[in-house]
Amino acid sequence: MQRKRLKNGETSVGRICFVLALISVLTMIFATGLGPVSVAPGTTARILTSRIPIVGGLVEHSWEQLDENIIIGLRLPRVCLGLVVGASLAVCGVTMQALVRNNLADPFILGVSNGAAAFATLGMLFGAFSFLGTYSLSISAFIGSAVTIIFVYMISRVRGRVNIMQLLLSGVAISMIMDGITSIIKLSAPNALGLHNAEFWMSGSLAGAKWAYLTLPLAVLLICMAVLMINYRGLNLLLLGEESAGALGVNVSRLQKVLVLLTSLMAGTTIAVSGTIGFVGLMVPHFTRLWVGSDHKRVLPVSALLGGILVVWVDVAARCLIAPEELPVGVLTAVIGGPMFIWMLKKRGVRRA
Amino acid sequence: MPDARLEVRDLCYSYSGADNAADHVSFHVDKGSFVGLIGPNGSGKSTVLKNIYRALRPDGGSITLDGEDLLKMSHRESALKLAVVGQENELPFDFTVEEIVAMGRSPHKKLFDTDTAQDKAIVHHALEHLGMADMAKRSYLNLSGGEKQRTIIARAVAQESDFLILDEPTNHLDISYQMQIFDLIKRLNTTVLSAIHDLNMAALYCDYVYILKHGKIVLHGVPEDVLTEENISRVYGVDCCVSRHPVTKKISITFLPEGLRKE
Repeated sequence: MQRKRLKNGETSVGRICFVLALISVLTMIFATGLGPVSVAPGTTARILTSRIPIVGGLVEHSWEQLDENIIIGLRLPRVCLGLVVGASLAVCGVTMQALVRNNLADPFILGVSNGAAAFATLGMLFGAFSFLGTYSLSISAFIGSAVTIIFVYMISRVRGRVNIMQLLLSGVAISMIMDGITSIIKLSAPNALGLHNAEFWMSGSLAGAKWAYLTLPLAVLLICMAVLMINYRGLNLLLLGEESAGALGVNVSRLQKVLVLLTSLMAGTTIAVSGTIGFVGLMVPHFTRLWVGSDHKRVLPVSALLGGILVVWVDVAARCLIAPEELPVGVLTAVIGGPMFIWMLKKRGVRRA
Repeated sequence: MPDARLEVRDLCYSYSGADNAADHVSFHVDKGSFVGLIGPNGSGKSTVLKNIYRALRPDGGSITLDGEDLLKMSHRESALKLAVVGQENELPFDFTVEEIVAMGRSPHKKLFDTDTAQDKAIVHHALEHLGMADMAKRSYLNLSGGEKQRTIIARAVAQESDFLILDEPTNHLDISYQMQIFDLIKRLNTTVLSAIHDLNMAALYCDYVYILKHGKIVLHGVPEDVLTEENISRVYGVDCCVSRHPVTKKISITFLPEGLRKE
């Protein structure tokens, strides 16, 4: 594994990203067709191309209107949302891991998702943040995740260092508190319909994706990626520890504040549209690092692409496994990611001993 | 002192507000000299160094580097002048040796700068200087303690600052690595301020030493004047026998265990 990674670390990140981008496009074509009602990939590709300006006119209109409705109206926004949500969660994981210098950090494990969910439920069921308009759900989820990250970070710092035991335990504690708050909110909810929606949303689902859901998470993802890529040296140095990073010219406390802000933004906006999809931020960065090394210049773009692809395919499985019923995608990522987390924990133990 | 590079005056720092980890510490480091900070565990060596390399913020006093107020510089400006080799070099994720050394170039980089051929040459040169050119692609986590420390020193070399701060750089290393590390640092011909645990090492390599106890500087001078039997007994509370070594012409300290004392 070691040898392989070092050899691959040499291949240009550009080439890897190109291949992954290609796979993302293929994923869009294939995944859009799959579901309770399947549409052949060829048809999907033609429907999709017909929507592209200029080239679109060249495609012969030879499919049924129903197929087009399913593809354009239902599946495509869902797949696109999957790509954006997956990328955001993976990048969010990478950022949190640099912030706490630990590869076990993930928005779900550290309770950030639950924090966002608690605040979002409050908004959903009581309209607590309705004065914020269209984006009230996103903003309430953002506030929730920011509050949780700051709490967990403060609790887990012992003498200026993030202690891993403290980190995981404070994550567990905060998740439980936030879960409790969510339950209280749900039990005192004024209407049953809102409650049902909140339940499904909270278990993490991309069903019911609309084009309108995409704008904010995509914008946040692009902005956060840009800021992170500009600061990739700082992220690398942060892994050396705060003192070394400071001695190498990083304004540590400023960078940490920026990272808390970025992770809260990404976690909040994605959770607002997809609920809690756990473990993506844990699994994707881990495999990315095994593949391309730890340099954030490579880790950030590669894990963004991998995260997107992973979530889209897990979502395909979620809608096909027990069709015509649907599994929430968060349930599936938990089933896959949980064992993986345990494996990583055990492996750490072996390395320490 | 025309060629004093670092000037620390009345530096005070306390961790909890009650204790005095550094209590009005004043000293200076001249250009090109190798200055040692020595003292028992918990005497404040690391605390003083951390205040200088800005991991801690002094409660009082002043620190000037080349006549400029160090505390008013940006982190990047001070990183261009000071390179630090700390005690703990644990990494949560794996990097190659080359990547770690290349991190020494960061203070030279503005936000949108990319790594240039010149950076690569500097990194390569640093690795060669430390005799690690063939390890460039090795993974850092698989290195031995001594190799890790050499990588970190190579990083400091790649940083191209001409002032090196070392915080017990040879802690936990066996004797061959200790000698190797200090020899390499000596060969760099830069100004060095180092906390040193081992008094014999301090006697062999330092041009000037400051002895700290309970956060105060209690003695300072050239090693020959300061490291005497009574001083060591006073500061460390152990009996020893100090002599000139016939080969090194430096002083050599032999500690005397209870069972082997003269009386």
